[in-house]
Amino acid sequence: MLSLTLTPGIPRPARRTFATVQDPPVRRYGGLKDQDRIFTNVYSRHDHGIKGAMARGDWHRTKDILLKGDSWIIQTMKDSGLRGRGGAGFPSGLKWSFMNKPGWENDKRPRYLVVNADEGEPGTCKDREILRGDPHKLVEGCLVAGRAMNATAAYIYIRGEFFQEAAHLQQAITEAYKSGFIGPNACGSGYAFDVYVHRGAGAYICGEETALIESIEGKQGKPRLKPPFPADVGLFGCPTTVANVETVAVAPTICRRGSSWFAGFGRERNQGTKLFCISGHVNNPCVVEEEMSIPLQELIEKHCGGVVGGWDNLLGIIPGGSSVPVLPKPTCEQVLMDYDSLKDAQSGLGTGAVIVMDKSTDIVAAIARFSQFYKHESCGQCTPCREGTTWMMNMMNRFVEGRGHQREIDMLLELTKQVEGRTICALGDAAAWPIQGLMRHFRPEVEKRIADYRAREGGVLFGGRLARDVDPTLAIPDNLGGSLPEVGAPAQP
Amino acid sequence: MFAARLARRLPSHLSRPTRQLSTSLPRRSDALFVHRDTTYNNPKIPFEFTPENLKRAQEIISHYPPQYKKAAVIPLLDLGQRQNKGWTSISVMNYVAKMLELAPMRVYEVATFYTMFNREPIGENFVQVCTTTPCMLRGSTEILDTVCGHLGGLKAGETTKDGKFTVIEVECQGACSNAPMMVVNDDFYEDLTSETTKKILDAFSKGEKPKPGPQSGRHTIENSAGLTALTSKPYGPGEHCQPEFS
Repeated sequence: MLSLTLTPGIPRPARRTFATVQDPPVRRYGGLKDQDRIFTNVYSRHDHGIKGAMARGDWHRTKDILLKGDSWIIQTMKDSGLRGRGGAGFPSGLKWSFMNKPGWENDKRPRYLVVNADEGEPGTCKDREILRGDPHKLVEGCLVAGRAMNATAAYIYIRGEFFQEAAHLQQAITEAYKSGFIGPNACGSGYAFDVYVHRGAGAYICGEETALIESIEGKQGKPRLKPPFPADVGLFGCPTTVANVETVAVAPTICRRGSSWFAGFGRERNQGTKLFCISGHVNNPCVVEEEMSIPLQELIEKHCGGVVGGWDNLLGIIPGGSSVPVLPKPTCEQVLMDYDSLKDAQSGLGTGAVIVMDKSTDIVAAIARFSQFYKHESCGQCTPCREGTTWMMNMMNRFVEGRGHQREIDMLLELTKQVEGRTICALGDAAAWPIQGLMRHFRPEVEKRIADYRAREGGVLFGGRLARDVDPTLAIPDNLGGSLPEVGAPAQP
Repeated sequence: MFAARLARRLPSHLSRPTRQLSTSLPRRSDALFVHRDTTYNNPKIPFEFTPENLKRAQEIISHYPPQYKKAAVIPLLDLGQRQNKGWTSISVMNYVAKMLELAPMRVYEVATFYTMFNREPIGENFVQVCTTTPCMLRGSTEILDTVCGHLGGLKAGETTKDGKFTVIEVECQGACSNAPMMVVNDDFYEDLTSETTKKILDAFSKGEKPKPGPQSGRHTIENSAGLTALTSKPYGPGEHCQPEFS
């Protein structure tokens, strides 16, 4: 007001004050073009052998990449914003740089790159397509990533069930050796590098990096305590870095096409392209490479023909493999498929495995099946996980039919909190999160089942025992909830 | 005095049925982790690699540093299992232990930890039906029922009387976009329905090997209603690359 009175007659310029918000330009993500897709043979429609791979641009001037040196490759990875595609989302360039600590040249130990192809997370089937369609991308990636961290050899740990995939990969490695791309003088650069395949034997826990190292060493796949981190003491006691197949396989293309090209996709801190695998109740489940930060709804409508029975028939989506919490429909309409957006929605990108569930799904049974999975796959090393997964499975199995006490829901949640963060590896957390997600968004459904069961069968004690089976002449302790009044969920503030 | 009272009480106490403190049944784990000598599985049954497997074994051992020969234990057990009709007997484990200069217990530890080592004989065709949630959502329960019913009312974990099929329920096999799926021996059969499942089983019982992969007609894992990505010809070497790499 003051300035207006002081300068009468002069039109007020559009001035920016502290309260002015400049609208950022709206950018829509998704709609990746074929020319920007890194994995051009995901659908195995072309030759997976060396001829086909070279025709698709693999092994093109790899020597020049190697001659650029380790720090150039690592800097390119850092600039590209690539984050680990195996689930944790740790910045790859940074992780690889841990191998080149000052004075690493004086360390005479061999150094290893270990590629994690033990794809076992329910819902995930992306690495399989790389392994059978584009195995040369992975072998070349091993060489480039190995050069970046000055590794002497790479071990590719592939899950034992992938027999055909291991055969394709072995074929690729043999061809690469024959062509001189890997071996004592890789690509003629003077750098010696070996690649070996190691087949696992069916243990989900071996997807955890230290368990994987143990497994290659020929032991039970039980995770190690960190520190020491694998970059100091890893495989065979030597410096090691474990990386996901997809992370390693995109490295050569990023080097060739430039970090700014890769960083041009997706939101800040979530750059790049990513293979998404969509399964469950969609019309046409598939694996597709898309831009990061694509809206979840668009991903499903565009590439999978939508949810069975239309979007309104959607119940919930698990956006990143079995280990992340489920999202209800309203959230699914808003989230973008990247690390930060899904984290804000109290879930996670995980491996990019989207499991869609429509309204016909028994959501409690679906999550209970996950609990069974984790019970089966717990390695049995840490007590909270070994015992906790069994407890969680038993309770969830009872909740499927509603045989429980309302108060047991909170007991189960308390149990998940007791397991979470109290184990060596993340399997305990992974077992806890789906249940927490279920109770966060679908608690009324569980409560309804318990109420229905109670109406049908009478009271239920803690632990699933029916009140009518209790012999009243026996002195049963009164701490089993038999005489407790039913309580609902705590009132929402 | 106490002893006298006890003596008076004892007979009446014994005549009453005792109440068990725990009334739940003992539940065993899904696999036996103890070896018991049987006629078909005991350390006296000889086992040795065939010459070509021996060559392969040496090739595998050469992948690892010489002081860490132990690393080859999983691949060698797998090799032994394949040679021993799909199951790992105690002789196989002992042989691998001897070959890698390990204490046998180190090999038993590994063989009991990993689910792909069968420590009991299996049928000619090893049918593994995935029933984890992504497959369950697409109807794997029906597939498992079909398999069990079609093979004459088996339960998961059992072998048919003629020894042709063993059926088990397995956890996620990593083919979730092709759900429901099952694995027969080493091959994935995907996009199953009850009819295609029966067809596959019939073919195997005749001794044929049906074509692995999706049974719905799609090629691998693309959108079955038509491609939504990778429709154009893939770009070639040097295309779209930075000038220094083009």
